[in-house]
Amino acid sequence: MQGPDLYPQIHPIGLTGLLVRFADRLTEPANRAALAFRAAVEAEDWPGVAETSSSLASTYLRFDPLHLPHAELTARLHRLIASADWYAAPPPQGRCLWRIPTLYGGPGAPQLAEAASLAGQSEAEAIATLSAARTRVLTLGFAPGQPYLGELPENWNIPRQSAITPQVPAGALVVAVRQFVLFANPSPTGWRHVGQTAFRCFRAEAEDPFTLRAGDEVQFPAVTIGQYREILADGTTNGGASVEPIV
Amino acid sequence: MSMLRVHAIGPAVTVQDLGRPGHIASGLSRGGAADAMALAEGAALLRQSTDFAALEMAGFGGSFTANMPLRIALTGAPMRATLGGAPVAWNASHLLPKGARLEIGGAQAGVYGYLSIGGGIDTPQFLGARATHLAAGIGAVLHAGQSLPLGPDKGGPVGQGLSVASRFGGGTARVIASLQTDLFSLDEIARFQATIFHRDARANRQGVRLIPEGAGFGLASGQSILSEIITPGDIQIPGDGAPFVLLPEAQTTGGYPRIGTVLPADLALLAQTPAGAALRFAFVTLDKALDIHRKFQTALAQLPAQCRPLLRDPRDIADLLSYQLISGMITGTEAP
Repeated sequence: MQGPDLYPQIHPIGLTGLLVRFADRLTEPANRAALAFRAAVEAEDWPGVAETSSSLASTYLRFDPLHLPHAELTARLHRLIASADWYAAPPPQGRCLWRIPTLYGGPGAPQLAEAASLAGQSEAEAIATLSAARTRVLTLGFAPGQPYLGELPENWNIPRQSAITPQVPAGALVVAVRQFVLFANPSPTGWRHVGQTAFRCFRAEAEDPFTLRAGDEVQFPAVTIGQYREILADGTTNGGASVEPIV
Repeated sequence: MSMLRVHAIGPAVTVQDLGRPGHIASGLSRGGAADAMALAEGAALLRQSTDFAALEMAGFGGSFTANMPLRIALTGAPMRATLGGAPVAWNASHLLPKGARLEIGGAQAGVYGYLSIGGGIDTPQFLGARATHLAAGIGAVLHAGQSLPLGPDKGGPVGQGLSVASRFGGGTARVIASLQTDLFSLDEIARFQATIFHRDARANRQGVRLIPEGAGFGLASGQSILSEIITPGDIQIPGDGAPFVLLPEAQTTGGYPRIGTVLPADLALLAQTPAGAALRFAFVTLDKALDIHRKFQTALAQLPAQCRPLLRDPRDIADLLSYQLISGMITGTEAP
């Protein structure tokens, strides 16, 4: 089965890019398709394709149009699209499950109450829901290593704020439209700041500076202020996070 | 080890090379020189690889000495430069004697000037490149008192000059249709091409904001756009209607509609347009864009062959040569 008749679509993106779009909005099947299709394109290893990535509902290819013409790459992509039901594809291999300790609410994450109210929950219920949610890295983007995670339960389909928060710190966990973003760097945001972590998504000093991969799964279990301070004082871990392979 | 000592420095001087391709999937844009053509020109003048790192000087250079003789090249936005107090030509290579002071002042046109050095700047690599990426927190702007390690120079000529493509005062950037061009009406696209824009003071290595003469641009209200991959040259139309053109250090995804993408051949023009200068956009077909791209790649590859000995003021060379051809005589007054 394919998605709505209009999709997948192939679009140019600049002179040296093509984008395979699986939907015009984020859906679970479209995100799975984008991840799986990117893995398939990587496996094809076509000469002239320089780089691939996936975003929420699409797969991107950067290529050299002087050596791999647009028409030829487009034809190859159509054949690959037709070769499988990408919307039902299993997630890529080699993924990990991360558990990132999170301090919800309080002065460090001042919009928990507001977000909980929009989701129709008490603060305690919201912490329980968000702690238990096993989210997937839908895409990394905007800043290096920064994940968009989803999807949260339907009642967390809350809007972005009309105003922009001038700055949240690195490690801030913000929420909107059934997704989390975990900020890599201090940043302005239109999403609501519900939790704070000591986790670093991008470590410029590390051998492999990108901590998370698209497709990884992440939970944000609540910790007490005492536990959070111990994590900060420890300093030997990445924000107290644990990781295990998904088999 | 040869070192370049920084005695004084402008506010936005960074080490740059061709950047770190291949990490869009991890949210890291390529970065690298804002005017990659200027980097290639510097490499051509020094007869070395374009992979070497150079100093990118936004608006203002600095004051430098070296602990051994160096070959240097000055390219990009022309800046007032002196070597041991004597003016030296831009778009040219020179010998910087040990201990001699190289002074590079403000840009006379354009934005980004480049100081390339024989052997390149040899700061540590990160993910295969030395480029400072300010937005990602990789590296930092230079400060006075710093010393930069240099790679071994295999040697080559100095006193070479290069005639370069003019790109330091605005102009027309050629654009290809992209992901969301079709969301704009044909009238709006025609008006976009007829509009003169002026570069806003707000600009950096992430992008440049352009203020239209006349009304701003935008989609009909209520159209929401899913965030998608950004490529350098994308022309975003944010809510205020003033186009924002993305440069090498842009974020990797964006949710503003994009009316088109500036061709790679004209990215240097975009980056080098100084505040207040006028810019226009012209859409071209895919075939025309590929033809422009092919010629651009060829021109880059031919840069080393375009370098000429710097015998006299380059503005005089053409006249003098034609005079000699016609007369068949050499007066002796042409010598520098």
